[in-house]
Amino acid sequence: MEALSIQNLKKTYATGVQALQGVSLSVLEGDFFALLGPNGAGKTTIIGIVTGLVNKTAGTVRIFGDDLDVAPERTRVHIGVVPQEFNFNIFEKVENIVVSQAGYYGIPRAQAMRDAEVLLKQLGLWEKRDAQSRMLSGGMKRRLMIARALIHRPRLLILDEPTAGVDIELRRGMWEFLAKINNEGVTIILTTHYLEEAEQLCKNVAIINKGEIIEHGSMRELLSTLENESFLFYLKDPISDVVLGALQHCDIHQVDPTTLEVTLKDGARLNDFIVQLARADVTIQSMRNKSNRLEEIFLSLISGDTRE
Amino acid sequence: MESRKIFIAFSTMVRNEVSRFLRIWMQTLIPPVITTVLYYVIFGSFIGSQIAPIHGFSYMQFIVPGLVMMAVITSSFSNVVGSFYFSKFQRSIEELLVSPMPFWVLIAGYITGGVVRGLLVGTITLLVSLFFTHLVVSNIFFVLSFILLTAILFSLAGLLNGLYAKNFDGISIFPTFVLTPLTYLGGIFYSIAALPPFWQSMSKLNPILYMINGFRYGFLGFSDVSVAVSFWILVVCISVLFGINWHLFRKGYGLRS
Ligand SMILES: Nc1ncnc2c1ncn2[C@@H]1O[C@H](COP(=O)(O)OP(=O)(O)O)[C@@H](O)[C@H]1O
Ligand SMILES: [Mg+2]
Repeated sequence: MEALSIQNLKKTYATGVQALQGVSLSVLEGDFFALLGPNGAGKTTIIGIVTGLVNKTAGTVRIFGDDLDVAPERTRVHIGVVPQEFNFNIFEKVENIVVSQAGYYGIPRAQAMRDAEVLLKQLGLWEKRDAQSRMLSGGMKRRLMIARALIHRPRLLILDEPTAGVDIELRRGMWEFLAKINNEGVTIILTTHYLEEAEQLCKNVAIINKGEIIEHGSMRELLSTLENESFLFYLKDPISDVVLGALQHCDIHQVDPTTLEVTLKDGARLNDFIVQLARADVTIQSMRNKSNRLEEIFLSLISGDTRE
Repeated sequence: MESRKIFIAFSTMVRNEVSRFLRIWMQTLIPPVITTVLYYVIFGSFIGSQIAPIHGFSYMQFIVPGLVMMAVITSSFSNVVGSFYFSKFQRSIEELLVSPMPFWVLIAGYITGGVVRGLLVGTITLLVSLFFTHLVVSNIFFVLSFILLTAILFSLAGLLNGLYAKNFDGISIFPTFVLTPLTYLGGIFYSIAALPPFWQSMSKLNPILYMINGFRYGFLGFSDVSVAVSFWILVVCISVLFGINWHLFRKGYGLRS
């Protein structure tokens, strides 16, 4: 079953900014899914629409089969959300924030108190239950929002940049917690602009840039695409189709008669490829390494990482 | 949502709304009581003793209902506008918006908070008036229904103001420039029968006049305007304001971008 299915989602804000230009996404139940993209790509906008905090301009959203336009209240029951920015009442006590949230979902208070105790203990917040939320550290605030998001036992947990502003050491603890929840059957979607985070945790991934999905698949495929190296070969003379057809262990795209874009496959080495060309009497004038589109995106992701 | 769950969600909201204003009772319960007591002392006792009885009641007895009503109006209004705008400002309103609560329940939760504070302040100011005069109740049904409906109406008005407010100025403009003048001109301190015809007609355009007169009718048994009309004006205003609030929530005005 699809936990989340988004089709051709578009969003233009009142300011005229086109934040989403027709996004389609599919996340299966039980998945641990990363929505990866640089700042301003539209990640928070997608989450806002899915959770009912942002009005969409066009497109359809289904959550466990329920259409957001048809049964918005039912979709909310399935989802727990940890927003990017802290959004609890800063004067409210930690325990009451979590217990109240349960109340909004119609969970009786006695049960909410029991469940809140379990969650707050798991997330290391039980000692702070009577503290006003503004007294918590950044990492604790984030964990408070996770407890709040899980109190009604959602089938889908969505986290918007959950580790932004969280110490490296605490990040690992949070990853372990999320992996455990996922093992227990909760579908998880997180957005991040840290490639490492997605790599550590996620099975599937979509990459979004400027409001468009540019890659959608398994994390493993994505990583192998990334590892594929592409080269541009500039030849002295135009190459014949016969020679071109005979070249092995590579994907070739003929940019023009004397330019080849070559991606090595099956663990082939560059040396073998050059030998093949030499045997066919093709003279290489020059060559250079070509960074692919994904790499460019990742470079921007990584530079976003170091800025923090 | 099933009705049992709706009830739990609603009571959770009310519990939070009420404990919020009780926690800061020095700011929410005491000031309107002090203001009202000052009116009792200055207008009721000092000046009132020099004013002829109105329909056989002392000036103090005449102004108590209006002053209680004024306390109810400001308390209900400011509770909802304050609480709602604050949750919008710090975005904790999102806790409600991501939940499966239908919008009408959300509205009802805020309104009930305002009504509870309004009735509490109204009751306290009414009890305090006993130090100055004795209470006459000619029709308890009118007393209760007018105070309740007025508290509901101004809670709804506070919510509407909170939805439209874009900054902290936005939550003080309406009370300062509209609500307070209309309340003072709503016949708290005088019977409009004593005004020249032009000002009488002008006064009758002020909805607060009808609420104060209806409420006073419950105590003293007379009114400058038809009590039935007052009652229906309240019911209609409540329905209209509820409808507007509900529509704005559904559209997400001021809540969803
Ligand atoms: N409330 C808003 N009003 C206008 N523009 C917005 C609003 N929220 C986000 N945007 C714009 O939409 C684009 C996508 O933003 P966002 O979804 O927050 O991206 P991300 O979460 O990937 O960083 C950005 O250009 C941002 O400036
Ligand atoms: Mg974001």
